Amino acid sequence: MMSIILAIAIGAAFGAVLDRIGASNPTVINKMLNLTDLRLAKAIMLAIGLGSVLMFTGQMIGLVDVGHMSVKAAYAGVFLGGLLLGGGWAMAGYCPGTGVVAAASGRKDALFFVAGGLLGAAAYMVTYPMWKASGLLDPIWGGKVTLGVVPGSGYDGVTNLPGDILGIVLGLAFIAIAFALPERLLGQPSGQAHPAE
Amino acid sequence: MPMTWKTGGVLLGLVFFLAILLVKPIGVSTQFVILDGIIADAVNPDLVTATDDGFTSTNAYLAKSGGKYAKSVGNPLNYSFVFVLAMMLGGFISAMARGGIDARDHKVPALWRANYGDDPVKRYLVAFLGGFIVLYGARLAGGCTSGHMMSGMMQTAVSGYIFAAGAFAAAITVSILMFKKEA
Repeated sequence: MMSIILAIAIGAAFGAVLDRIGASNPTVINKMLNLTDLRLAKAIMLAIGLGSVLMFTGQMIGLVDVGHMSVKAAYAGVFLGGLLLGGGWAMAGYCPGTGVVAAASGRKDALFFVAGGLLGAAAYMVTYPMWKASGLLDPIWGGKVTLGVVPGSGYDGVTNLPGDILGIVLGLAFIAIAFALPERLLGQPSGQAHPAE
Repeated sequence: MPMTWKTGGVLLGLVFFLAILLVKPIGVSTQFVILDGIIADAVNPDLVTATDDGFTSTNAYLAKSGGKYAKSVGNPLNYSFVFVLAMMLGGFISAMARGGIDARDHKVPALWRANYGDDPVKRYLVAFLGGFIVLYGARLAGGCTSGHMMSGMMQTAVSGYIFAAGAFAAAITVSILMFKKEA
């Protein structure tokens, strides 16, 4: 029961934040992806960096249970799937999480995205044996690995560096990049005020 | 009331941190499979069945990893599934509290209108096709923007970096080609 309460509290907070930073607005997403407005990218980099610093610092002082980490396997299909997801993300302006939030916030096109997503997930369920047989799902570089060795995590590292300290350093680097990135890379500033949304 | 990227980034980072502090890293795309499984199991109850030590399925994907997904289909009231339902609730309340999204955006978002006009049918078709590709790709990759990219890179997972490289290579290319006019 406790886990359901946490699911509701953290899930609702996540959905609300995605709405407020504009991540569930396809216009904001594609202005980030076509490099004309990088403010959302700056927010995401800051979030990854802050999350990393807090988590690894918490682990080092014993506040965060290392066992809560969950590292996904590396395999060739991760890159291929990433390419597909990226293409669809730009086409639709939605990814799985922001799509469901957008649909709930009254965007009708997001309902079509979610419907297409359910069909796409079903298509994968049916074609999974083919991918499995292709070898593209076989682990590479050790599979479930982190960049350094995180003490107590049970995951191997691709380097022998201390994974928690490396995580904090990389987290700080993400935060630094968030601040260093310009708000715009391509095109000329339009000089117009940013829309209220 | 637009939120600055700094405030938004701090709040988003805190949510990702709280999730891993209290439960586990955030992920979303698996739940599309779980909902598909719930629907398919309602149509064909033989799809997911209880075993002595858990659940299994006639579908190889639901049955993999010791029936982990089959178990979630058999027990929809689990953390990860409720989490996504709660995201919808949070997104809805947040949007309503700021007066709802721009009425002109209900069917066709602004940047799309600037580039392709306001015909909703065209937009719906591309959104549907995009959804299909996104979820097919996310399942092939084993995660999406939340699970692989944000949760993964935050934990220094090598897979998160591989995923982000693929996702942004394709997304930036497609977006620059598709959206040349500014909103």
